[in-house]
Amino acid sequence: MDGWEWLIVAIKCVVILLIFLGAPLILVLVERWTLGRLQSRIGPNRVGWSGTLQTAADGLKLGIKEDLIPRGADKIVFWFGPVFLVVPALAAWAIVPVGPKVGLGRDIGLWAVDLNVGILFFLAMGSLGVYGVVMSGWSSNSKYAHFGALRASAQVISYELIMGLAVLAVILYAGSLSLIDIVEQQAGLWFIVPQFVGFLLFVIAGVAETNRVPFDLPEAESEIVAGFHVEYSGMRFAMFFIAEYANIILISAIITTLYLGGWLGWTIPGMEGLTGIVWFALKTVAFIAMFLLLRAALPRLRYDQLMSFCWKFLMPIGIINVLLAAGLRMAWS
Amino acid sequence: MSVETGTASMFGDIEQISENQMVLNMGPQHPSTHGVMRLLIEVDGETVTKCTPDVGYLHRGVEKLIETHDYRGGITLTDRMDYTAGPSNNMGYLMAIEKLMGMEDEIPLRAKLLRTAVAELSRLASHHIWIGTHALDIGAMSAFLWSLREREKILFLFEQACGARLTTSFMRVGGTGPHDVPESWVENVDAFLDSYTLDELNSLLTGNEIFQSRTRGVGIIPAEQALSYGLTGPPLRGSGVDWDLRKARPYAAYDMIDFEIPVFPEGDVYARYLVRLNEMYQATRIVRQCMEHLRDLPPDAPSNADRPDLVPPDVGRVPFDMEAMINHFKLVMHGVQPPVGEAYFGIEGPKGELGYYFVSDGSGMPYRCHVRSPSFVNLGVMEDAAVGGLIADTVALIGSIDIVLGEVDR
Repeated sequence: MDGWEWLIVAIKCVVILLIFLGAPLILVLVERWTLGRLQSRIGPNRVGWSGTLQTAADGLKLGIKEDLIPRGADKIVFWFGPVFLVVPALAAWAIVPVGPKVGLGRDIGLWAVDLNVGILFFLAMGSLGVYGVVMSGWSSNSKYAHFGALRASAQVISYELIMGLAVLAVILYAGSLSLIDIVEQQAGLWFIVPQFVGFLLFVIAGVAETNRVPFDLPEAESEIVAGFHVEYSGMRFAMFFIAEYANIILISAIITTLYLGGWLGWTIPGMEGLTGIVWFALKTVAFIAMFLLLRAALPRLRYDQLMSFCWKFLMPIGIINVLLAAGLRMAWS
Repeated sequence: MSVETGTASMFGDIEQISENQMVLNMGPQHPSTHGVMRLLIEVDGETVTKCTPDVGYLHRGVEKLIETHDYRGGITLTDRMDYTAGPSNNMGYLMAIEKLMGMEDEIPLRAKLLRTAVAELSRLASHHIWIGTHALDIGAMSAFLWSLREREKILFLFEQACGARLTTSFMRVGGTGPHDVPESWVENVDAFLDSYTLDELNSLLTGNEIFQSRTRGVGIIPAEQALSYGLTGPPLRGSGVDWDLRKARPYAAYDMIDFEIPVFPEGDVYARYLVRLNEMYQATRIVRQCMEHLRDLPPDAPSNADRPDLVPPDVGRVPFDMEAMINHFKLVMHGVQPPVGEAYFGIEGPKGELGYYFVSDGSGMPYRCHVRSPSFVNLGVMEDAAVGGLIADTVALIGSIDIVLGEVDR
């Protein structure tokens, strides 16, 4: 790698970081507006033009708040809990391709790194995220946080398996673990068509992985108050928020990449890079909207129902799906 | 309900529990205890092995306060007990006093119809709070706001009728009091009933797979247990016992109205949900019939009993009419003075049998007042019904019993 390449990678990292920190601010605002409209109320409309600066103001408020540490908490673990949640969510973005290769003097791929085990890296980062939840829940020295951490670890580990099974079928079709290859393999047919069952499994597991309604048990506010982050305040609490919304965007992006052909779509000749980004963004936003609508519509599952749904219903379907995919793949080749 | 007061006895219990168990202190500032109630829960994992409700955080001494006011002054205290259904509480209080005075037959039909209509509207208002918070406890967020939006229309009707939305203090001993509802009220109620719909909430909850799995077979209260705990209202009818004071001992204008009592035998959270949901449909039916009857009445139909010693005279007459002035003076100075005796009267409130018990020594203030509040009695069953369920089931159970802490603690 020469100096230019290092510079390009550095620029990509900075861009990802900025998007990563800015997108949750916008997403929280959009969610509050959407929920407001769906629930026959207005939503934020005071700060800035029509409330556009609401989340920025909230972030500022959280930033200047006191960072409380409960008595009896394990301070170091308590401090690093949120970090362990944010960093994997950030790191996983490195492998997400947002567009094709573009020629700006030299070929530049619109992704941070083309990792040959890309999708495994994503799964690994998802598993790492649960450490943040467990650490913060356990170290808070609070019973409700403890329950939240237990629920989160059981839930994420179970649904990680479903996600893995769904991804396995995609890998069988694509013949590669690299997300760029997976997208390019979908040029003829998006994987959502042959892998519709897998797609549904992945979406369900994705909702569970991000702890969103109807699988928001780790932070069920009506049962265990706020779950694992009940004792957090100030900037650390904001980090949980950023991680949650960054994970929503990440999962939506991964669904787009794996099943909806990533950046693929009609292009204007000569502007493949731009149209690619637009297509990718549109598809991702569609899934983010699904997350928001789910929150407005559905109640919450119970802990045991969640687990039996995973192990007794999704798991057999996932295994059958992989076997079918393998069989079809062999028949083709 | 065995509420161990004082921390010593509670800690005594804690020491005896096994290693696998944990004591979870739910409340008094927990979002799903519907106010300031504390549940002392012993859990094994997430399974509840013992549940002890601890009440009293909102005790304001309402009964004692009523005993230090004259009978009319107590009206304003009653709607601060079950603040989700103020008019219903006013009505129970007044009817107990009327029974104490032996003047139940003197209440004119117009007052009876208005009382029935307002009581049913307050049942609707109360059930709207219930369906919203119950759904919120189970995690459905939109249902809460949609439900409160509908409730707002009912509160608007209350405001038109008596000037207050929540603490109505509507009606007086002997009828509606000097302030009857405005003339346009009947039309407004009809317009409300025409625009009112439960379909949105129905479509969001009743058929929802997740809602059903969270409520079916959860928090089961068998009929015998319901009776032994003295449950009344929807929790009793959700256990298959067909008992409703509106049919069993008709009061006000319920005997001239055609309606049904929904009863579901399963005894779980979902059965109680269905009972209340159907009650809401029945309530709109009752209100509509009341409005029809009201329209049939002649325009000069009296709305107060012909009892100058109870009903204050028209304020405009007082300075010019000697008799009116004397009546007004005596009513203000001595209040309503029932004969020596005692009386209990219960109405079917939104949450169950809401009863008032008075002992009169012949003076203007009750010697003793006791309120049989349905929330308090119904809450007792938590001790048994919560055991064996998960923490999430406990939350669903609290919601399905539908308590209001203002009424539990009084």
